Formats: sequence, structure tokens, C-alpha cells
Amino acid sequence: MPDPTLHLAVALDGLGWHPAAWRLSHADPAAPLFPRWWASLVGQAERGALDLVTIEDSLDLQSSLPDGPDGRVDQVRGRLDALLVAARIAPLTRHIGLIPTTSVTHTEPFHVSTAVATLDHVTGGRAGWLPRVSARRSEAGHFGRRNLPPLDPTRLAEPQHARLVGDLFAEAADAVEVVRRLWDSWQDDAEIRDVPTGRFVDRDRLHYTDFTGRWFSVRGPSIVPRPPQGQPVVAALAHSTVPYAFAARHADVVFVTPTDAGHAEAVVAEVRAVEETVGRSGPPLRILADLEVLIDDTPALARRRRTRLDELHGAEFHADAAAFTGSPGQLADLLAEWRRAGADGFRLRPAVLPDDLVTITRAVVPALRDRGLFRAGHPGGTLRDLLGLPRPDNRYAVAGTD
Amino acid sequence: MPKQIILAAHFPGVNNTTVWSDPASGSHIDFASFVHLARTAERGRFDFFFLAEGLRLREQRGRIHDLDVVGRPDTLTVLAALAAVTTHLGLAGTLNTTFREPYELARQLASLDHLSGGRAAWNVVTTSDAFTGENFRRGGYLDRSLRYERAAEFVRTARQLWESWPADAVVGDRDGGRYVDEADPGVFAHRGDQFDIAGHFTVPRSPQLHPVILQAGDSGDGRDFAASSADAIFSRHGTLADGQEFYRDVKARLARYGRNPDDLKIIPGVTFVLGDTDAEAQERAHHIRRQQVSPQTAILLLEQLWNRDLSGYDPDGPLPAEDPDVSADAISRGRAGMYPDPVGTARQWRALAQEKGLGIRDLIIEVTGRQSFVGTPQRVAERMNHFVQSDAADGFILVPHLTPGGLDEFVDRVVPLLQERGVFRTEYTGTTLRDHLGLRPARPLTRVGAA
Repeated sequence: MPDPTLHLAVALDGLGWHPAAWRLSHADPAAPLFPRWWASLVGQAERGALDLVTIEDSLDLQSSLPDGPDGRVDQVRGRLDALLVAARIAPLTRHIGLIPTTSVTHTEPFHVSTAVATLDHVTGGRAGWLPRVSARRSEAGHFGRRNLPPLDPTRLAEPQHARLVGDLFAEAADAVEVVRRLWDSWQDDAEIRDVPTGRFVDRDRLHYTDFTGRWFSVRGPSIVPRPPQGQPVVAALAHSTVPYAFAARHADVVFVTPTDAGHAEAVVAEVRAVEETVGRSGPPLRILADLEVLIDDTPALARRRRTRLDELHGAEFHADAAAFTGSPGQLADLLAEWRRAGADGFRLRPAVLPDDLVTITRAVVPALRDRGLFRAGHPGGTLRDLLGLPRPDNRYAVAGTD
Repeated sequence: MPKQIILAAHFPGVNNTTVWSDPASGSHIDFASFVHLARTAERGRFDFFFLAEGLRLREQRGRIHDLDVVGRPDTLTVLAALAAVTTHLGLAGTLNTTFREPYELARQLASLDHLSGGRAAWNVVTTSDAFTGENFRRGGYLDRSLRYERAAEFVRTARQLWESWPADAVVGDRDGGRYVDEADPGVFAHRGDQFDIAGHFTVPRSPQLHPVILQAGDSGDGRDFAASSADAIFSRHGTLADGQEFYRDVKARLARYGRNPDDLKIIPGVTFVLGDTDAEAQERAHHIRRQQVSPQTAILLLEQLWNRDLSGYDPDGPLPAEDPDVSADAISRGRAGMYPDPVGTARQWRALAQEKGLGIRDLIIEVTGRQSFVGTPQRVAERMNHFVQSDAADGFILVPHLTPGGLDEFVDRVVPLLQERGVFRTEYTGTTLRDHLGLRPARPLTRVGAA
């Protein structure tokens, strides 16, 4: 009998996931520029015993358009680097996993690898990483090193768009591969401090990564000793086949976006099939379903707030994930249903911060506990422990190259 | 009023300054070590904490160097985490311009400035080294002159990005439905020889506007770069006369760029050894030097000048009779080249060894020594103050030899003496690093929005 306990994550972005969230939030609209905002949100999530938080990021200004800024002044614009936000709150938390998003299209895998490894050292093994593809031409323009052709998300079936998406994910795959090799490039016991021979490390327990690919090559080893988790948790957001395959090959956790319980079942089946197709080794992906949530004491109150937000937005808001509007009990029931459909857990995207996050921790979590679906507190240990993922052996040590 | 001394604390890095073999030496990786040193510095009312950076493990004779501390955490990540456990201390990191892009780094530094409430600083360095480049997309070789061109344009571009958001652009007018007060916050365009980029910066204006810029180069190019672009210079001039000459030269260059002598602070990296008597301090200093230069380390340091495999030499024996090899690839990689004239330097070392009757290890100890301040707390405070009051420096970056407790004794015993003399603060009077350093608030160089 599988463990009925589900994994619960919350996705943090701006003042909430609804574009008009800042109009109804109880927080100062500029709050996301201040560390105490992040400390308070993550502290709230930690008190709710959630598994982890993710922090969104992009190398571009927020926009409602798929390819570049929209010139709108009525939505949150501007944000801080997610990895540094995670690092800033790391010493203020003790149990919760911290998963920042970074772009892998224009950045150096070496820098990302050392930064996430360091976050893992700082948190004592609670770090994760959400690599993200940057497909926008506007982002490429910030780096000036390459021109990306326009990508029309409604025409992904056409060959030139399919090729571009394939290339971007292939590059992302190389980036994750290099990052993972760098995390393994030090064996756990490489630091020996052997006074008689004067050696600080055993250089035979350090390994060159020697990666050569289409976009970059990285010689290694890392400058950072192997992180506490061995491999920090890699997550991926995926909506379709190409990113499912990317996740199945390279990630530990996948965030998916079903529209209802039936679709959740189909998505889980597809992800599991892709795991087979790509020959995934190691534990199966932890599949967390994304859901934008607006929760209030009663369904009517929730609907009223949703309507108000849409009015302020000027249209009914549709995102890449399904939106839930209702009471804590209704949400708990829905999560239970999707859990039965095969999802290992959920990444909730609060519509308005901090309001809907507070409701998640104060009302939804207890409702899940009442249903026997969520644990009472943090059991302790690393983020991998929390997710039931074993600490991986070091590939170089296993290969017997020491 | 006497000149006020600037004090910063360097977390000892991967060179042989760090005495890892000492029983008091702790982890160089655990975050607790960084917290200890940073909190000690803040308890001492220091201006800032300083982290170096390495992007490839050093090698010698084609193998990873294993005698000194090897490995360190990522600079920006540690600084952001330290912002959570300190309240006033500046947070300075070395970040290489050769293997980063302005958009990304400017964004990280502006984020750090927000996340620390205006305490971020960036020590701008460059690499000419294809060896380090093997870890990066750029692959990385840049000719020496191009390195500074790239660095200077990098800093100019970063400033442009930092200025791209008007002050208070986030208005958050709920009733009027205006989150930002203009449609294109963060819009920029930069066209230059090194970078051709345009778009929108994502980070609203940070507390210091421009995080403090430090620079570490010592060449003519480096000095001009500092005079034009930096707020502080991390120099290596340890003696009074050297320091004064460097100080005069660099401060004189500022006028060319329309800047005042006060706009650039000169802060050499220095070491210290304390004792209850001067003789005891000298004895400790001698002991530390022997720990820093083990027999194996002596041979390796000698190889770096000679550029030959000297592994067969006796560390207590004489220097090699043959001259350094100036033709081949360097035997040591990933370490800044320190000897512009190896053959000349080798001859000086031989002469010195002969004159004083020194074997290899003792000679290396003699010529690579950099223990700037040795003595009782009283004497060290006096000499440091003399250094600053006679314009050999504006302050110091202290490089302790122990992780993480190497600053404790200085803060407990020397800082109070500097405070008694009225040359060092007893409380922070400002909140930002610019405040601490006595720098004027940064002002925009470009007209906002017109970039």
C-alpha cells in the first residue's frame, strides 16, 4: 500500500499568481524587494510543515506577452534574483526545502552548479534547483551573444518551432548534466587534512567532469566540495512531451499542470510512460501537480474575491495551470481526488500573497491532516529525505576511479 | 579630527596564508564558519567582510594542487546568506568579469544590495587565463589589454543597468491601478566594443544605486581603471614607503576623471600577529610562517618561479643552480602569475640565500613573507594608525591565518585601542556600506530612461 501522505509545495512569485493580486494583497506593493517579505512567507510555509517552496525567476521583465515586455503598468514589474533570495532566507529557516529558479539558456552551468551546491551547504541539505529555458528573444537581447528566432507557443507543431524547442531543451539537458557532474566531482571524503604528508585533499578523490557538448564544454572539477545531499534536488516544470522527457532524464521532481482529475491521471500515465521510454534509472519522478489557488472561508467568499480580481485585471485570468476557487475543505477534497489519480503531491500557487498562503497553512494543511493526507510536522533531515529520495552515490566513486 | 580607519575582514581562502593544520583551524566550508567571522567583524564595527573567488582548482605539474585549502563556496550565495545574520557589515565579493555577462552580474549585485539593505560591494577582477576558461562557455582567453577593456565596459554597463529604474518607480497605487509609474521601467540599450545589449533590467533601483566597486589590479592599466571606476582599491603595498608612493600615485590619477581624492579609498590586504610582548608576537609570527610554508609548500612555491619540476630538491638544501625556464607553459596553473622577470628574481633569491645562508624553505619564508603588523596590541594599533595618518593607506583588509577564529583576538584587543585613539568608530553611524566608507551617495551617471 503506497504512502497516502502527499507532498506539499508552495510557489512564490511577486504578490501572488493572479495578475491583480497586488491590488488586494494586504502587503506593501513593494514588499518583494525586501528580505523580510521572503522571510515571512517562507517562515509561514515552514510553520505549515510544507515540503518546500519554489521561487520564480526570469532574465526578463514580467510580461503578459510570450515574447517580450508588454508595457503594462498595472501589474507587478521587477524582481530580485531567486537564488540570492533563497540564500538570504536560508539561515532563517531550518526544515523547509528551498528551490530557486534559474535560467539555463544564457548562464554558465559552472556558476549555477557552485551556487546551488553552496545553497545546499548553507542550508545543511535543503537546496533544490529549478532550471528554466529562456526562449524569449528579449532575454537573448540582454546577453547579445545569440539571436533566437521568434517562438510562437501556438505553433509548436511546426518544424522550425519544434526544432527551436528541441534545441533549447537539449541545451538545458547539457546544463543539468554538467551541473550534476560537477556536484559529483568531489567525493564525499575528499578533504583529508593529512598533516604528516601536508595534504589538505586527496586529489585522487577529485574528478574532472570533462563534458564537451554542442553549446559548451566544462573541464571541472568544481570549486565547491560535494554538497550535503550529494545531489541537490532538481525540479522541472513541464506541460508537454518534450519537457516531460527532459524531466524524466534529468530531474528528481516534475511540476505538471493537469486541468482536472481525469487529466491528472492521463498526465501521470504519460510521465510514467516517458520515464520508460527514456530509460530513467533511479527513483521515479516525484510528480507534483501545479494549481493556482484562491481560498476563503466559504465558496461564496472565494468566488467573490476571484471575481473582484478578474474585474481589476479586466478579464478572466487563465494561466498555464488550473485555478481553484473555494473553501479549504473543498481544496482538500480536490487534492485527495488528484492524489488518487496518481499525483505524488502538489505545488500550490497562492493567488494572493500572503493571504492565500496563510490560508493554506492555517486551514488547508489541517484539513489535509484530518483526511490522513499530510504529516504532522517536519520529520527532520534533508530535502531528499523529505521527498523520500535516496542520497545518490557519487558516480565517480562508484565507477571505481579512485 | 584624525583620519578614520577603514577595516575589513577577509575570509581566508585557498592560498598558503591559511594554516589548516593548526588544531584551532575549523571548516572552510560550513556556513557556521562564515557566520563566525562575519559576526566577529560586525562586533568589531568593521566596514565590510570580503570574500575572494576561484573558478578553477589550481594545478601544479599537471595535477590538482593539494597542499593548501582546496575548494570554497560560491561568493554571491554566501554573501546573500550572511546578509541574514548581520545588520550593518558590508558584504564584498570578488567576481570575475571575464566569465560573466553584465546583465546577469548587475542583476545579482543589485539583488544583493536590496537583500542586504545597501551593503553590497563588488571586487572587479579579470582573468587572462585559458586554463580557467575551460570551465566556461567563453572558453575564455582574452588578451591582457582586452581584459581591462572588457572590465571597464562591464562596469560602465552594470552602472547603466543599475540606473535604468528611476528612483521610486514602484508606486503601488492600488486605487489608480498603477504598480509602476512608467511603462518601460528598466529600459536600457548599450552598444560598445565588448557588449551590444538592449532590453529591460528586472531589478528596481537598489539602496546604494551603485554597489561599492572595489578593484585589485596594480598595473598602470589597473590603476587607471580604479581611478576612473572604483570606490576602493584593494592594494598589496605592505610597507610604509611603498604604500605612500602608491597612495600618491593613485590619488593623483583621480583628477583626470573629475574625481576627488576622497572618492577612492586605498585599502591594502594585510596580516597581523599579536602577542603579550613584542618578542612573543615575533615568536608566534615565526611559528606561523613555518606552518604556512611546509617543506612541500616551499618546493612548490619555488617551482612557481623556476617553472621546473623541483620535486627532487631538498627543502633544506640550496636553490637550483640552473635558471628558471621561461620558454615552456607554466608549471603552475590557476594561480596569478607573480614574477614578471623570473630569471632576475631567481638571481636575487640566490644572492639573498647565499648572503644569509638560507636553504630553500627558509629562503621562501624570507621572500614571500607578508606579515604586516606583528607585536603587542598596543604596537599594532599604533603602527596601523601611523600608516593611515601618514597616507600610506585609508585602512586595511585583514587577512587572518585561521578559519574561522582568526579575527577574534584582533577585535577583542586591537579594535578597542583604535577606538580609544578616536580613529575608529565605536558604533555604526550609517546603514549602507557607502555610509561606513565615507563615500558620497552614488549619483546617476546617465539620464534615467534616456539610455
